[in-house]
Amino acid sequence: MENLTHTPVPVDTRRSTLVWLALIAATLATWGLGEEGASGPTAVAALLAIAALKSRAVILDFMGLRHAPLLWKGIVLGWLALVCTLIALAYWKGMP
Amino acid sequence: MEANVTLPLQKPVARHLPGDLAIWFFIAAELLAFCVFFAAYAFTRAKHVELFNAEQLTLDRNAGALNTILLLTASYFVVRAVQAAEAGLKDKVAPWLAAGFLCGSGFVAVKVTEYADKLGAGITLSTSPFYMFYLSLTFFHFMHVLLGLVILAILWFHARRGNYGPDNATAMNNLHSGASYWHMVDLVWIILFPLVYVLR
Repeated sequence: MENLTHTPVPVDTRRSTLVWLALIAATLATWGLGEEGASGPTAVAALLAIAALKSRAVILDFMGLRHAPLLWKGIVLGWLALVCTLIALAYWKGMP
Repeated sequence: MEANVTLPLQKPVARHLPGDLAIWFFIAAELLAFCVFFAAYAFTRAKHVELFNAEQLTLDRNAGALNTILLLTASYFVVRAVQAAEAGLKDKVAPWLAAGFLCGSGFVAVKVTEYADKLGAGITLSTSPFYMFYLSLTFFHFMHVLLGLVILAILWFHARRGNYGPDNATAMNNLHSGASYWHMVDLVWIILFPLVYVLR
């Protein structure tokens, strides 16, 4: 078993709280667009943008990857970009 | 002209992965599996746009949004638990974890009523391509929520003993690992909710 030393992580509870509130607000925006029955390229782009921004906040602030080695930060943010691109492509393909 | 400017140096932060390297390999594998699932849903939809659009309207969007808020809030509480541990506030760690566990349990309760509603209406995996994806994709995620809750319960048990603080590197590493897994479950739902419940 390797000997671990504790690496302190920056603690900013105020920032975390603001991020959390922004995430809730963004969720309500997504829900609202659903209630409106929003569809078509603009709606898809807006909904994907909201989802990407929310995911990015969770990855960087909640998962704490902002201060992670760039490789890991890149892997997870790259995953997000890949997922959003694939979904956008598929929706574009399904457009009338 | 060569500018000789010294950039204002940011406080050097030692870049490091929160938690065990092994948990991050696991998280990467899970994310990959969900990516394949999301793409399969989206490209199958492209072939059955009208069917997917019609059947999407039968889903309970309010329940999906409520569950998003529950998972986000659970994640926030887990962040607060980790921050309390980092700050050496050992007696605050367990209550934050318990609050996260409660929100996660709320997600399970909402999801179970959703499933009961759909199964009660006679909907199964073989009803249609849409419901096949709806049931399998959300259930695959649901299993991850259940595992996440088991992990939160274990962390809570140790937190009650005052194990998590900057003086115990191994325990802190475990706490970060468990928290990272929980956030992954939240992250996947942030994509899943708009994709299955809203995007049309």
